[in-house]
Amino acid sequence: MSGHPARHCAVAERVIAGGLATVNANAAEELDIIQFCLMSVSIENSKIVYDALKRSGVKIISALPETWLVHLINMADEDPETTLVRITREEEAIGISAGAHLAGLRSALLMQNHGFLAAINPIVSLSFLYKIPLLMLISYRGHMGERDPWQTQGGRLTEPVLKALDIPYEHLTNAADVPRQIAQAQTLAESSLTPVALLLSRQLMWKD
Amino acid sequence: MRRDEILNLLYPDIEDDIVVTIMGAVAAELYSIGHRRNFFYLQHAMGLASSMGLGLALARPDKRVVVFDGDGSLLMNLGTLSTLAWYAPNNMIHVVFDNQSLLSVGGFPTATSAVSDLTGIAQKSGIKHAVTARTVDEFATAWRAARERKELSFVVAKVDAIGPKAFHMDLSLLENRFQFQRWLCEKE
Repeated sequence: MSGHPARHCAVAERVIAGGLATVNANAAEELDIIQFCLMSVSIENSKIVYDALKRSGVKIISALPETWLVHLINMADEDPETTLVRITREEEAIGISAGAHLAGLRSALLMQNHGFLAAINPIVSLSFLYKIPLLMLISYRGHMGERDPWQTQGGRLTEPVLKALDIPYEHLTNAADVPRQIAQAQTLAESSLTPVALLLSRQLMWKD
Repeated sequence: MRRDEILNLLYPDIEDDIVVTIMGAVAAELYSIGHRRNFFYLQHAMGLASSMGLGLALARPDKRVVVFDGDGSLLMNLGTLSTLAWYAPNNMIHVVFDNQSLLSVGGFPTATSAVSDLTGIAQKSGIKHAVTARTVDEFATAWRAARERKELSFVVAKVDAIGPKAFHMDLSLLENRFQFQRWLCEKE
């Protein structure tokens, strides 16, 4: 692999978001980069997360792609028992989960931490205001080990914002703990009727 | 055309539908015609009534979902139109009351008063059945067609920028929320 790692992931994220049609002139190199990035996301641990969501009874998953989430999103997409809703902005996911909850279906949100930051108003004025549980799986970009400069501000602010909003959260770091943590987060969200966040860590999602 | 004319016209039809409205004049007027347990008034989170509608429609394919949106609200979440178009729940009707203004907060104009066409945006987002109604008769025709076709339908009702005399509703947010959830549960 040649080139700067930050460029690798920028290419991968663009293609994940926009599809292969966005691969441009230097296609061979770009495809290499994409493959490299996708191989760096842990399929094994993505599967552990996905299976735990399923065991928690999650039927609808709203997601906006980002590199660390790519396998999780593909698993949801390929699973006939799960409805994957590809949203344009994370705010939509709060509305979709609210509707699903009131209609008796469990749902989960897959988002990057910047997507969480983008969704704060509906978290406050829909989820808190109307006591709607949310199971938010947030990829914790911009934290220790982050190479992409553009992720770093959001990384710094993710936990302070979760704390300011008094949203219970845990870090998902060890695969062995993930099934219990997801099950417990789902239980708390539903009993407290509030949002609960699980931060998907680099240690869990990325193979450096 | 006034919004309350439209709400009165369709009120008998939505007795057994899942109904989500935006805040402000739409909620107050529907409530004043007569609250039902199957009406959820989203008293904040502007733009998300249709996203809630999508969640409800996916979770309850056995029921029809009717969303009453507004131009100001929809403009805050235009991405919802492409998401709806993509998933195209066949049990959802999305009605947008376009009074070309943010009536409840001072009446400031929105872009639909000048240049933007919500039906055009919906069509180009991929919603197959999207129409604009400028008279009560046009709306009645579009509404009947939407109910009969059983495919995602989008109707913009161009209405006067006139609101109710009072916006007060004697229904707490959480009372509405739990009542609505209970109704959905009973209709399982």
